[in-house]
Amino acid sequence: MHISEGILSGQVLAAGAAITIVGTAMGLKKIDYDQMVHVAILASAFFVASLIHVNIGPVSVHLILNGVVGLLLGMAAFPAIVTALVLQSLFFQYGGLTALGANAVVMAVPAVLVHFLFLPLLGKSPRLTFVGGFLAGFVSIGLSSLLMALALWFTNEDFLKTCIAIISAHVPVMVIEGIITGFCVSFLLKVYPEIIPLRKSR
Amino acid sequence: MLENTLGDGSSLIHGLDPKIRILAAVFISVAVALCDNLVVAAGYLALACVLILVAQLPPKEVFKRLNPLFWFLLMIWIFLPLTFGGTLVFEYKFLAVSYPGILLSAKITLKSTAILLVFSALLATMPIAALGSGLHQLKVPDKLVFLLLMTYRYIAVIQEEYIRLLRAANLRGFTPKTNLHSYRTYAFLAGMLFVRASLRAKRVYQAMRCRGFNQRFHSLDVYPPTALNYVFLSVMILAGTGLVAIELTLS
Repeated sequence: MHISEGILSGQVLAAGAAITIVGTAMGLKKIDYDQMVHVAILASAFFVASLIHVNIGPVSVHLILNGVVGLLLGMAAFPAIVTALVLQSLFFQYGGLTALGANAVVMAVPAVLVHFLFLPLLGKSPRLTFVGGFLAGFVSIGLSSLLMALALWFTNEDFLKTCIAIISAHVPVMVIEGIITGFCVSFLLKVYPEIIPLRKSR
Repeated sequence: MLENTLGDGSSLIHGLDPKIRILAAVFISVAVALCDNLVVAAGYLALACVLILVAQLPPKEVFKRLNPLFWFLLMIWIFLPLTFGGTLVFEYKFLAVSYPGILLSAKITLKSTAILLVFSALLATMPIAALGSGLHQLKVPDKLVFLLLMTYRYIAVIQEEYIRLLRAANLRGFTPKTNLHSYRTYAFLAGMLFVRASLRAKRVYQAMRCRGFNQRFHSLDVYPPTALNYVFLSVMILAGTGLVAIELTLS
């Protein structure tokens, strides 16, 4: 999910850059050097996971999993996602410099939000864990496509039909990301629960 | 996958100081992004092409990098003229091709190609360690630079883990289909990727501490502060402001 270069207006690009700078700064503040390596290697895993393609009927979509990254890292997901996006533009040229801020907002803001919304659901019961994971994946992709549509709409209101097309095209992706995030979180909680920062009194 | 194919050339641009290249790329990209005139956008594209030529990048690699963009532009050219409002140039039953839609598609094509070419010519031509040291000299927070270098370093490793997991799944007869079983398998695979990443991070951090890591990376590439750097930056700024001035007088 990338907004290409050369489309968004100056105001939207500036707003995206400003939010990204603030979000990244807040995220970096939360990470001390003991956790830097952890965040960095999880960011690598996020990058690699986006190479996984799953089938929907005759077509395939690649995983995004910003919901999982959000759940695992919280505010630190912001700089992690920014880093992954920078590397994507360096190696695959998915984007350039100016849309980086807007794209980071599209991916990272939902990730951070679902952390605070759905993390409390995890670990209560297997069913609730799956539901929490499903919602995290479903909502993060939904919000991402909504933010993307908003960025286009603020640029030019004539993009309305494009916006509607973008959001409707992402509905199946939302469901699939939901299912995969649900399974993924249940798996993590069984196999390696320490990776999920549950706020439990131990 | 992650070979920096453009990184080791010997052109004029490859020899420039990373921070000069970053500054020039940011300046030109922002100017292009703010441009709203078709002719001036074409001027920026010409400037970007000149940079590609100066960097002596193999045309095949450059086209390969632009591939994702071309698909996107194709979509834009099909979609925007048909859905955009305004004056119509052509109408047949439910098909209505709008003039502003065509104009916008053309503008997006020129601008996005220009920005990506500038990116390829100036930034993709440096090794990632040089990018890190350039960003550091430009006062980007140390933690972010660390994150960038470390993430880059481990992508190839994690990708190998991914290939191994996928091979294991394939050997057990896994064929991806559109069903819950496939989705669960991919979910567990992605989950295992995160588990292994996290466990590896622990070991890597311990190993770094043992070797006296003091939260700082040192770049071994030396870029002499020649006058050429400043000449290049001035030329870029002049070209950029020149095009901005042309656009202001045209409007």
